[in-house]
Amino acid sequence: MSPTKTPARQPARTARTRTGTTSSLDRAVTYGLLGLFALIALTPLVGILSTALSSQTSLDTGFSLPDGLNWRNFADAWTRGHFGRYLLSSVVVAAAVVALTTVLATLAAYAFGTMRFPGSQVLFHLFVLGLTLPQEAVVVPLYFDLRHWGLTDTYWGLILPQTAQSLAFGVFWMRTYFRNVPRSLLEAARIDGATGFATLTRVLVPMGRPAFATLTVIVFMWTWNEFLLALVMVSDEAHRTVPLGLAFFQGQHSSDTALLAAAATLIALPVVLVYLVLQRRFIQGMLTGSAKE
Amino acid sequence: MRAAAPDRGGMVRRLAGRYRKRAPGEPRAVGYLYILPALAVFGLFLLWPLGQTAWLSLLHWDGLTRATWAGWDNYRDLLTDPQLRAPFAHAAVLLLFYAVLPVAAGLLLTAALTRFRVRGMTFFRTVLFLPQVLAMVVVGVAWRSILAPDGLLNDALGAVGLDGLTRSWLGDDRFALPAVGVIGTWVETGLCLVLFLAGAQRIPRELYEAARIDGAGAVREFFTVTLPGLRAEVSVALTLTVVAALRNFDLVYITTSGGPGNATSVPAYEVYRRAFETGEVGSASAMGITLTAVIFALTLVVTRLVEGRSR
Repeated sequence: MSPTKTPARQPARTARTRTGTTSSLDRAVTYGLLGLFALIALTPLVGILSTALSSQTSLDTGFSLPDGLNWRNFADAWTRGHFGRYLLSSVVVAAAVVALTTVLATLAAYAFGTMRFPGSQVLFHLFVLGLTLPQEAVVVPLYFDLRHWGLTDTYWGLILPQTAQSLAFGVFWMRTYFRNVPRSLLEAARIDGATGFATLTRVLVPMGRPAFATLTVIVFMWTWNEFLLALVMVSDEAHRTVPLGLAFFQGQHSSDTALLAAAATLIALPVVLVYLVLQRRFIQGMLTGSAKE
Repeated sequence: MRAAAPDRGGMVRRLAGRYRKRAPGEPRAVGYLYILPALAVFGLFLLWPLGQTAWLSLLHWDGLTRATWAGWDNYRDLLTDPQLRAPFAHAAVLLLFYAVLPVAAGLLLTAALTRFRVRGMTFFRTVLFLPQVLAMVVVGVAWRSILAPDGLLNDALGAVGLDGLTRSWLGDDRFALPAVGVIGTWVETGLCLVLFLAGAQRIPRELYEAARIDGAGAVREFFTVTLPGLRAEVSVALTLTVVAALRNFDLVYITTSGGPGNATSVPAYEVYRRAFETGEVGSASAMGITLTAVIFALTLVVTRLVEGRSR
């Protein structure tokens, strides 16, 4: 049990106590397992990236290794596959949903988190219900409603339903933030003569940057990746978002694997880049979505 | 509600303060004003359609002509028609791949990984969680290239001399559903692992030391310390993965479109197909409502069972 250097072949019990160092076998197994799982997680993505950079002539529907860097697939996906246009639609829809959700959720959550009024509990739980509600429970009549209102094949037809769906998480998430703001702070703002709205915009919103960052990236990711709603609401090409574009593209050019891979890379790239920078916010947000009270 | 039953004094104060400004806040009515915009959008585009789905599920409607009253017919069909029962059976199989396998794998790995502080954890966490942030259509396209007849999996099998096992995984009657399931396992395992590893770091080290002093082996240590300490995380993981398994539309649409035959039809896909392709809106709605009920029931069971007394 000497706390000095632990040789590799120590009896297992000593090696496992936390006072000493761990056996190198333990270490090897641990890093080996983690490495294996990381490899499994990365293989499909590396495969897609590699195929996207390979030459287009290959008829193989599996992954291909690039013979040099072929950026032509991306250019082709952009122009021939119209992905430049689909990306624009996706950006418009995602930006609008993020902005609308943030504003509406903040206002509602401020009331739920700092005020008490009859029915607030019931109303709040109504929003929380949306966290587990599958889209399949609403999408059918939603289509007939939006068509009736002339909103199918418009950006609004994508923005409004997705905002409604994101509000469940938004209200839940921001309420947690407002509830954790120290009461004394609210009182101080009040004594300084700030109205409720001024307290929100001048004190709580600037202070809550981390909470807003999480909300923004999560809603952005959901909206960017949304498929079913776009499939149902949009039939004209002008309003097609990138996931929908990829699905149509696959239907038409299923043998053009390199081009398909390039398009898939274009779709994944924005979210992955944001994820790499704000990894903690993604994980935090996605894991708390289910931790209801 | 049940946690914070106000005492009598509180009730009186609440009533008395009805038209008076409350301590840190606002006159109460302002609260409704703040909630109104969100509630309007939420109500109009989520709650209202939900009610409509319930209504449509009681009708026979092809989406074009006049609807006729169906009563409980659509729900009865869900129980009796094999074509409608199959999607739910498939969903049950997918639950195994999406929820049970990833949680089990995550727990086993966590048990192996809690022995010391791993360096480079941020890197591993980032990579393991990555499948979660990808669009399912992208995941589907990537995995089609793995499971295709000339895909990576068959190449790998061929390389180790198992040519006999190669097949068109997504085009095979028996293997298409497990193949879609494996994709789900790939997506969800990282989520479980990240959750459990974070949770395991919050388990007090002394508990492990105490277990070891008592002479507990790795297995007993896992069941007496790690697993009880991860109760909340297991509950969250099961909730997220169960919902993901049952909401599975994108992946099926991209990889198999429910085929071959109806080997991979799942409730979410069937709702879409019936409502927008075969003109059975009532039946699609009944399926949507049933799916919702199943999701709510399962998440409730998970929270009750796994978190048990702590709730």
